[in-house]
Amino acid sequence: MSELAGVNTPGVPKIASEKVERRSVWGQAALRFRRNRLAMAGLVFLLLLAFIAIFADLLAPYSFSRAFLDKRANLLPFTHPDHLLGLDSSSRDYLSRLIFGARTSLQVGLAVPIIAFLIGVPLGAISGYLGGRVDFAIQRVVEVATAIPPLLFALFLLSVLGTGVTNVILVLSITSWIEATRLTRAQMLALKEREFVLSARALGAGGWRIIAQHILPSALSPLMVLFSFSVPLAIFSEAGLSFLGIGITEPTPSWGKMLGSGIGTSIRVYYHIALFPTLLVALTMLSFSFVGDGLQEALDPSRSRASGKLQ
Amino acid sequence: MAAFILRRLGALFFVLLAVSIIVFVLMNLVPGGPFSLGERGYTPDALANLERKYGLDKPLTERYLNFLIGAVQLDFGYSFAVAGSPPVSQVILQTWPVTLHVGIYTILVSFTLGLTLGIVAAYRRNSWIDNAVTFTATLGIAVPNFIIATFLLFLIGYQNGWGEPNKWIIPPLWSGGPAILSWDYFLPVITYALAPTALVARYTRASVADALNADYVRTAHAKGLSEGHIMARHVLRNAMIPMITVLLPQIPNLLTGSLFIEVVYGIPGLGKFFVTSIFNRDYPMIMGLVLLVAFFWGMTYLVTDILYTMIDPRIRVYGSKGGTT
Repeated sequence: MSELAGVNTPGVPKIASEKVERRSVWGQAALRFRRNRLAMAGLVFLLLLAFIAIFADLLAPYSFSRAFLDKRANLLPFTHPDHLLGLDSSSRDYLSRLIFGARTSLQVGLAVPIIAFLIGVPLGAISGYLGGRVDFAIQRVVEVATAIPPLLFALFLLSVLGTGVTNVILVLSITSWIEATRLTRAQMLALKEREFVLSARALGAGGWRIIAQHILPSALSPLMVLFSFSVPLAIFSEAGLSFLGIGITEPTPSWGKMLGSGIGTSIRVYYHIALFPTLLVALTMLSFSFVGDGLQEALDPSRSRASGKLQ
Repeated sequence: MAAFILRRLGALFFVLLAVSIIVFVLMNLVPGGPFSLGERGYTPDALANLERKYGLDKPLTERYLNFLIGAVQLDFGYSFAVAGSPPVSQVILQTWPVTLHVGIYTILVSFTLGLTLGIVAAYRRNSWIDNAVTFTATLGIAVPNFIIATFLLFLIGYQNGWGEPNKWIIPPLWSGGPAILSWDYFLPVITYALAPTALVARYTRASVADALNADYVRTAHAKGLSEGHIMARHVLRNAMIPMITVLLPQIPNLLTGSLFIEVVYGIPGLGKFFVTSIFNRDYPMIMGLVLLVAFFWGMTYLVTDILYTMIDPRIRVYGSKGGTT
């Protein structure tokens, strides 16, 4: 919010709106984004989370693996001055584990969708744009890949590669590119027949140029939704693998794992075990949703105009 | 169109073949066998006997060919892990109907609710309704099933007999009525429908919001067409492509069930076998389920491609209408 104030300080609103006219496309987009309060709040939260994840060693009050054996396990939050958010079932400080868990969960929750998109979007673009035999072949590969049980694949790969954060990210990425491929392809199929693409082609634009500059920007909204959904999905998949003993090994914490440990304990009494990780995963996803919506509106000038009219 | 469908069905056969080979090899490469796993404590002799009985001592290619000969006759062999070693096809036939009922209800609930919420949110963008829908959708995805189930059971479940293990009785709404009309589906369906509802709502909102901004919608407004007409003919039709891409695959997903929902609510369904068969190294069960799912997905993808060309006749998928562009 202080950033927002910094931008708007000189001049009264009328002068500021005159200034907007002279801004570049990106400058205008940035301004539209900053005006969206929810999107900014989401961005601030994500940056804060990244800061916490990076400096977990300095911020966490205790080590994530230290057990306070003199205190009772599953100590409830706000009942002990030394442990603000209580203790887990092994008497480890919950706040510290949440802070260190941010590191693991953000790594997994960001890396998996990014890798999946890096594979899926170009593949879907090629499939949809070229069409014909190429599309046919790629779609059959997608069909085969859909049918292979991810759990079986994960069991196999992790038994060969061994456990650990990097391998979990690798395994989850390999099994999660399908949606991005199909969504990009569908958008390509629909948009490549539109007039603006035909005119770009008539002007002599090459295939990659048309894909990257003309079709992909128009295909962005559903892909952003997919991204915001992929983040919690990756966090939970990691938890699933860890729960089965083939993911990230103890004592390394992750939000998903901490959440999963709530299944065994009575979460109606020890509510903090499930509540805090859920809250963090939900806030992270909410932030991605709002930032995604904000980015879309900011990058599409026609949108702000039309939405103003419709309301 | 008929030639297109035939060609795709032919391709689906080869997809199934490829899937079966990959999964067969993969499951044999995963460490641990069906009888050596866990603490069953078989002596080496007993283990060798068991493996000989089930043909596991034979080379991989021979076992695969044996499986293939059975599979084309829809005979996937006998389960290793299910009590009584029933045929895989029998297990599927017995447990799938309940899963289908829950799945169909879930699809009905999540699609109607999700589509409505998404359309309203897109029309009232950046209003409190829009933010409320985004917020609810986030909760639907980010709050895991087990927490939702625990709270639902705590609030209204236990008092009414839900969540007791092995007690899936299904009394119909009125005596003598059909068993599918029963309150027993209520909590499982609510729990199960939250995530797909969120998914449907968010994708609908994104696609409809995109379509609402298009020039042809402004033109339609300028021509003085009614809101309902614009929504049905201009907005929804153009928002459909991304929506069916993401929403249609929810159907095979939901119709094959979920381990968690079944365990919590004691539903004797198919969903749990997708996890337990892999853990028990129940090879015949894995193969049967994988082929079932592969066929299901193949058909979904085929329907999706057909729907694309129906919604937007400019779209040509390889083989449809003879076009190869």
